[in-house]
Amino acid sequence: MANKILVVLEQREGLLKRSGFEAASTAVKLAKDLNTSAEAVVVGDLISNLYDISKYGIRKVIHIKKTELTNYSSSGYTEAISNLAKEGDYDILILSNTAFGKDLAPRLSIRINAGCVVDCVKLNLSSSEIIFTRPIYAGKALVDVKLLSNKKVITIRPNVFKAQVVENPAAPEIVVKELSEVNLKSKVTAFKKSAGKLDVAEADIIVSGGRGMKGPENFHLIEELAEALGAAVGASRAVVDAGWRPHNEQVGQTGKTVSPTLYVACGISGAIQHLAGMSSSKYIVAVNKDKDAPIFSVADYGITGDLFEIIPALTNEIKKVKQS
Amino acid sequence: MKLVVCVSHVPDTAARIKVGSDGKTIDPAGVTYIINPYDEYAVEEALKTKEKLGTGEVVAVTLGSENSKETIRKALAMGVDSAVLLRDENHRDSFGVAKALAEEIKAQGSQLVFMGKQSVDYDNSIVGQLTAELLDYNCVPVCVKLEISGEKILAEREIEGGREIIETSLPAIITCQKGLNEPRYASLKGIMAAKKKIIEEKTAAAYTPTSEVISMHLPAGKQPGRIVGSDAFAVPELVRLLREEAKVI
Repeated sequence: MANKILVVLEQREGLLKRSGFEAASTAVKLAKDLNTSAEAVVVGDLISNLYDISKYGIRKVIHIKKTELTNYSSSGYTEAISNLAKEGDYDILILSNTAFGKDLAPRLSIRINAGCVVDCVKLNLSSSEIIFTRPIYAGKALVDVKLLSNKKVITIRPNVFKAQVVENPAAPEIVVKELSEVNLKSKVTAFKKSAGKLDVAEADIIVSGGRGMKGPENFHLIEELAEALGAAVGASRAVVDAGWRPHNEQVGQTGKTVSPTLYVACGISGAIQHLAGMSSSKYIVAVNKDKDAPIFSVADYGITGDLFEIIPALTNEIKKVKQS
Repeated sequence: MKLVVCVSHVPDTAARIKVGSDGKTIDPAGVTYIINPYDEYAVEEALKTKEKLGTGEVVAVTLGSENSKETIRKALAMGVDSAVLLRDENHRDSFGVAKALAEEIKAQGSQLVFMGKQSVDYDNSIVGQLTAELLDYNCVPVCVKLEISGEKILAEREIEGGREIIETSLPAIITCQKGLNEPRYASLKGIMAAKKKIIEEKTAAAYTPTSEVISMHLPAGKQPGRIVGSDAFAVPELVRLLREEAKVI
């Protein structure tokens, strides 16, 4: 069978990540369109939710099992997966564009002699050629790209493609592949969880604060609203550069590009580099005292006024409706 | 030790992007170009590493055209010793960039290379890993902490929800993320000295493109939404809209 597709799943502490299910669904759909099959691979030790993958229509999973590869190792994973891709004759590899996928995809593409396109937000099939759409300039523009090579390595942006549960999923065939040797030239020895509860890159709701917060001492208002919403805390470049917030919270062109379901911008005027990083959010709420602030040009709902009154009121109101 | 730092010349993040007449690249009219912001962290880390070692040389490598010299001068003004401009007037895909950089890194005989985690134009964030694969070097992408002792590298890289602690060794490529360090400002003395430093020019290594841009377009504009009110009295209505209309909470 030509053009066989391989989904590369990510596991952390023995659990498959949700973003991999989006890649699985995308692969299953593409396989149908190309009249081929989609299979999946995961590298690690014990994977507790391995069978979950069948819900998304994957019928065969190759589990490359090795205790030394419980944690990510760019050298070990690249070698194991590229060997499998060559032996199994896969032409298309699909990964989610997470830190894991972004690290692995280019390495695999060199090993299997494939072209590589990352961070796709749309795949279109036109006369058996796949056209990939991906944002550039942090989303200020988009390009349609095609790969000139027969083999392809693709990463898809998380939260854009749906993880689609299929009807009557069949139990997957699980092929365990033991490795005799591993290349551990580079390896992850530990993971340090960041202090914040949720990462903006993964959050479904984000509450961000900007210079309008007037100082780091007022960010508890943002944190309280975020907590009430179950959201991650974000920040504008201005407040990160001023040292009010850590850089891993920065949203925008030199921070993270995000597309959550709900983005609440508090005291953020909406510099072009900030808008680039968040304007693809599904719903945007802006609270700012300046009614002419550019943030209102992308906001679905806005309140023009004093955020020191509005944010606590919003926190209370949300707590109230969540309890009722 | 010879340290290479790769820098690229990109449109300012404050630039408004318009599609050019070819429909595939941006219209450069009125766009200010700057050193790629993440490359400033790479330059700083290379300079810091040299200072710590107490010996060595930092060479900046840029792929681009005549205009890129502005960015090279910026790196030289920060303290980089010398520079190489790999000339190609045409846009290259990431593989083309990696190929050119890999050939030059090999020619320089450098075992430790720094670059930004991504350039803020095409946002691919894969050049470091591609170059490392071509050279069979290790690579730490999105690095926020770095310690090098002898051949050993202990690094931290940013991932979703935290940091991975990575152990690896030279030769290696480090792609730098905000937070790794605080880039220094070029001193007046540095700026003057940069004018006298040599920029060697070479033709960038040939490559076969692996991808092709068919078209560039702007995202569909968003319609401005509704102003619900101008004080805290508008909050219940906002929450109602979020619940009943948007259905997001």
